[in-house]
Amino acid sequence: MKKHTISVLVNDQPGVLQRVSGLFGRRGFNIESITVGTSEEAGLSRMVIVTSGDDKTLEQVTKQLYKIIDVIKVVDLSSNPMVGRELALIKVNAEPASRPEILGVVETFRAAVVDIGTHSLMVQVVGDSEKIDAMTELLKPYGIRELSRTGVTAMVRGNAR
Amino acid sequence: MVAQSATLRSKEEIMERLSKPEVITGSEILLRSLVLEGVDCVFGYPGGAVLFIYDAMHGFSDFHHLLTRHEQGAIHAADGYARASGKVGVCIATSGPGATNLVTGIATAYMDSVPLVVITGNVATNFIGTDAFQEADITGITMPITKHSYLVRDVADLPRIIHEAFYIANTGRKGPVLIDIPKDVSAKTTLFQPVNEVNIRGYHPTVSPNKLQVDKMLKAIQEAERPVVLAGGGVVYSGGHEELYEFITKTGIPVTTTLLGLGAFPSGNDLWMGMPGMHGTYASNKAIQGADLLINIGARFDDRVTMKLDGFAPHAKIVHIDIDPAEIGKNVPTDIPIVGDIKTVLQLVNQDVQWAGKADAWRAQTAEWKQDKPLKYIDSDVELKPQWVIEMIHDETKGEAIVTTDVGQHQMWAAQYYRFNQPRSWITSGGLGTMGFGFPSAIGAQMAHPERLVVSINGDGGMQMCAQELAICAINNIPVKVAIINNQVLGMVRQWQEIIYDNRYSHIDLAGSPDFVKLAEAYGVKGFRATNKEEARAAWIEAMNHPGPAVVEFVVRKGENVYPMVTQGSTIDDMLMGDSE
Repeated sequence: MKKHTISVLVNDQPGVLQRVSGLFGRRGFNIESITVGTSEEAGLSRMVIVTSGDDKTLEQVTKQLYKIIDVIKVVDLSSNPMVGRELALIKVNAEPASRPEILGVVETFRAAVVDIGTHSLMVQVVGDSEKIDAMTELLKPYGIRELSRTGVTAMVRGNAR
Repeated sequence: MVAQSATLRSKEEIMERLSKPEVITGSEILLRSLVLEGVDCVFGYPGGAVLFIYDAMHGFSDFHHLLTRHEQGAIHAADGYARASGKVGVCIATSGPGATNLVTGIATAYMDSVPLVVITGNVATNFIGTDAFQEADITGITMPITKHSYLVRDVADLPRIIHEAFYIANTGRKGPVLIDIPKDVSAKTTLFQPVNEVNIRGYHPTVSPNKLQVDKMLKAIQEAERPVVLAGGGVVYSGGHEELYEFITKTGIPVTTTLLGLGAFPSGNDLWMGMPGMHGTYASNKAIQGADLLINIGARFDDRVTMKLDGFAPHAKIVHIDIDPAEIGKNVPTDIPIVGDIKTVLQLVNQDVQWAGKADAWRAQTAEWKQDKPLKYIDSDVELKPQWVIEMIHDETKGEAIVTTDVGQHQMWAAQYYRFNQPRSWITSGGLGTMGFGFPSAIGAQMAHPERLVVSINGDGGMQMCAQELAICAINNIPVKVAIINNQVLGMVRQWQEIIYDNRYSHIDLAGSPDFVKLAEAYGVKGFRATNKEEARAAWIEAMNHPGPAVVEFVVRKGENVYPMVTQGSTIDDMLMGDSE
């Protein structure tokens, strides 16, 4: 099972997210993450979907996506050199004694502390999914109270489209 | 038959009148747009959310509106109309239960790629999402079973949406498109200007094939020794039956037609082997399994055709021509994919095609299979056999009727024993297998072709799922001839329970069915019953000669099975031959 990151350019219409996610559900394609937002063109949104499956599955996913009238373009980003990023907010237990240690981890990961509570810190980390996994692992021993990840958004590098 | 309304004026006059820009309501826009799209017949059922639309229809005579007795009847009739005519079928229902009653019909059309525009009313926009009376999220409910759908929020969008809906429904791989119109939108006014252009950025079906792929196909045909053509519904839908005929007669390649492909190629031709698959002919199934080249033209390798996928056409190189790229490679790995409109593709293919293989030996082999193991049943002079009834109907209609069926044994017998020669003469729910489809779809077919004989073949089960539409046949004098193959049991389920579930018959007895003759008469439709051959033929002839609708109940033998039969998990050459074994 290979992981694929695909970009789906869609009309910014009510129900379009339901059309796309519904298709994945009923055809038995899995969604690891999905992000949606505006694109470079007014009226169009870009979804970035991380899915897994063999090449045949990816081909079916692509073809079925194209059958949705509101889908304009589908690109398998991961077939090219790609930048994939997600953002995570992690609320971690942080008694005054353990804060220096946590700040060390945050600094190493070039993450940021964006909020401080009496017993916790909120850490914001941006990077590829592996980096966020690693950061989460390192913060686990302190006790993670809450974790929220955006899912991956991505783009092909350089001049390739 | 519905009389051509006196107010139906010449087409140009109507078009001119209706195209005039004017400030009118959403309801009036809908009606005008339908006429401008070429609609001459609409099937529907009113209700609260479509009251403005029906109010606009009061006295409106630019198309016929048939009031069915159930929304399911309306949509199956629209479906039959579309399949028989090649035009878009249209039906209207109200919000909530009206809309949800359409769901089975929408799914039926979606599975068989039938172009429909389905209009539903909805609660007013300010009530949407409040669980208002008769509110249902019909665009959400039907998302997996529509080609596209619209929830109209602004009356100004309506002309464009309707035009797009017709375009999407009847181009590319055809299918149902739903337009949900909230009540306030149907009441609001706006300046209506007809829309004649479509610009849908994400929708550009491929019509012309890739020439390189076509060349590969031509080469594969040259090299083949045992080629077989599998032709499906796509041939009918693209209007490519003449091109298919040219292709087959030019090359001499034996051809099998799927359930939905029946009529795409004349059954009398020596190269036609019948239908493949679960209840296919011996010759078709053996030929596919023996082929070294299988050319799929507009079929989708449905599981009832392929049966056990691993072991289907094991020696064949696969060519697949389809308008829908997603069908290619979906079920069967394909060597030469060709995306395009069947008619266009075959026109290109026919320019250069030759088959230089060992034509005679392979043709002789397929002809031998066809001759050695034809479709067979043991006839009886005591009991009426369903297969005999179908053959009799075929003979008496000279094979020229439009035949619709319901789903089950009678459907398979009709497919096997009514030999079709013309496309769009065979209307059946193939993909979804919808009981209740057979009779209302015949009403739609008759509306599309008032001059033709339309025969609806049903079982005693399916007939009871939409029998209420006898009313609209009677009222409008729609002269459909309804055959009920009555074996007093859910026959196909009985067959499976006999063969696969070891004679454990569970809930298949249809005792308590009405007297179908009396039922017909209760609606004012002529009814006949036949229990032997003599009565059967006489009743059928009388029904055909009767100028209006008629129902003929054929009381047939109960335990009859459909053969050949390939059970699930078997390859298609592993056939139970039943009575003919």
